[in-house]
Amino acid sequence: MFRRLLLTAGLALGLALPALAQDRSITVASTTSTEQSGLFGHILPLFTRETGIAVRVVALGTGQALDVGRRGDADVVFVHDRMAELRFVQEGHGVRRQHVMFNDFVIVGPAADPAGIAGLRDTAAALTRLAQARAPFISRGDRSGTHAAELRLWRQAGVDPASGRGAWYREVGQGMGPALNTAAAQGGYILTDRATWLSFRNRQDLRILVEGDARLFNQYGVMLVNPERHAHVKRADGQRFIDWLVSPAGQAAIAGYKINGEPLFFPNAAQAEPGI
Amino acid sequence: MNDLQGAFVQAVGLVATADPAVAGIVLLSLRVSLAAVAVAALVGLPLGALLAVARFPGRRAVIVALNALMGLPPVVAGLLIYVLLSRSGPLGSLGLLFTPTAMVIAQALLIAPILAALSRQVLEAMWEEYAEQLRSFGAGPWRAVPTLLWDGRFALLTVLLAGFGRASAEVGAVMIVGGNIEGFTRLMTTAIALETSKGDLPLALALGLVLMAIVLGVNALAQGLRDAAQRSLG
Repeated sequence: MFRRLLLTAGLALGLALPALAQDRSITVASTTSTEQSGLFGHILPLFTRETGIAVRVVALGTGQALDVGRRGDADVVFVHDRMAELRFVQEGHGVRRQHVMFNDFVIVGPAADPAGIAGLRDTAAALTRLAQARAPFISRGDRSGTHAAELRLWRQAGVDPASGRGAWYREVGQGMGPALNTAAAQGGYILTDRATWLSFRNRQDLRILVEGDARLFNQYGVMLVNPERHAHVKRADGQRFIDWLVSPAGQAAIAGYKINGEPLFFPNAAQAEPGI
Repeated sequence: MNDLQGAFVQAVGLVATADPAVAGIVLLSLRVSLAAVAVAALVGLPLGALLAVARFPGRRAVIVALNALMGLPPVVAGLLIYVLLSRSGPLGSLGLLFTPTAMVIAQALLIAPILAALSRQVLEAMWEEYAEQLRSFGAGPWRAVPTLLWDGRFALLTVLLAGFGRASAEVGAVMIVGGNIEGFTRLMTTAIALETSKGDLPLALALGLVLMAIVLGVNALAQGLRDAAQRSLG
C-alpha cells in the first residue's frame, strides 16, 4: 500500500516535470519597452540563428532590471537610464556601457486636451500647464527609465509634482502598459516611450500631444554584468550578444523593425560613450 | 460587449488553429502546475494525515498555522523564493531563478499548506470512523497514515484538484521567480498579464477563456477517473 502510494506520487512527478534541455543560453535583464514593442521578437531570432545562443529576456523597469544585474541574476543588462547605468558601471556591477539605439518619449493625453498642451514643442511649458490645470497625470512611479526621465522633465520645468500627490498626480507603480491603461481609463496625461505607444492597443481616445523636444531623447545602453563579482556570468556568450547588438548586423536588425512602416528604434552604437 | 465577443471568437480561433506559441504555453502551464501539486502532495498529504491521527502538544497551533498559510499572499511567496534562489541568496549557486523549476517551487510552497489543511480535515473525519478498527489490528498512528491516505484517495482527489486550481490560477509568484521569459517561463497567467499590459484586452481575455477551459477539462478528467475507479471497485 505504501509502495503504491509512492508509486502514484512518483508517476505524477515524472509525468509533470519538464524535460529541461540544457542548451546554450544567456539571460538578459531588459525593459518592458524593448520586449513589449516586439523589438526582441524581431531581432533575437536573427542573433540566435547566427550564433546558436538563445536569449532569455526578463522584461522589467530599468531600476528593477539593474537590480537583477546587481544581484547577479542576469548576464547582460539592456536598459534606458544613462545616469543610473553609469552609476551601475562605476560601482563595479557592470562592465563598459555601450550605446545601442535611441528613440524618443512623447506626452500623450485625452483628445479633448483640457490643459491645452497639444502642439507645444517645449516640454517644460507643457508640464507647467498640466500642473496649473491640475489635469490628471499618470506617473509610472516605479524607478523605471521612463519614470526617471519624467522626474527629470518635471525638475527642468521647475514643478514639484509631489505637491499634486493624492489629487492630480497619480503614481501607479507599474509598467508602461498598465500605466497607459490607467491613463486611457481616467482620461489622464502620461509620458511614454514612442515604441510602447506605437505597439499599444488600448488607446481609447489618447493621442500624442507633445513631441519633438530634444529633452525627450531616450537613449538605450547595454552592458555585461561584471564577471569578477559574479563568477557564473556567461562572459563569452554575453559579450557575443553585446558585440552583435553594436555590430552592423545587429544595428541593421534594429533599424529594420517597424510597425506600420514606422521605425521604433534608431541604432546609434557608433556614437561611442566618452570615458567609459 | 464587443471586447467579450471578440475575445470569445479569438479564443475559439486559438484553439482551432492549435497556435503553436499558445500550445507551448499551455503545455508548460500544465507541467508546472502538475509538478507543483505532486511536490506539494508529497509533503502536504502525509502531514495532513499525521495531524489527523496523531495527538501531540502544539498540534492545534500547527493546524492554526496551516490554515493561516492557506492565505499566504502569492507575491510574498514569490519574493521569498526569489530571495532564496537569487545568485546573491543562500541557494544562488543552484542557478534556479528564472527557470520552470523555480516556478514549481513557488507554486508548491503556496499549495502545500492547502493540501495539508484540507486533507487533515477530510482524513480526521475518516479516522474517527476507522480508529477503533485500525487499533484492533494493533496499528499505531504512524502505521495508520498510509492506510488512511490510500483509503481516502478518492476524497483526497478533490483536495488535489483544489491545489491544482490554485496553482494554475496563480500569477504573482510565478511572475517574480519565473520572469515571464518567452518560450521558457511564460505561463498562461503571465501571458494574460502581459497581453493586458500591452493593451490587447481581447487577446488577454481569449487566453483567459482557454485557461478556464483547460482547468475545466482537468477537473472533468479527474472526476471521470474517480468515477471509473470507484465503479471498478464495486
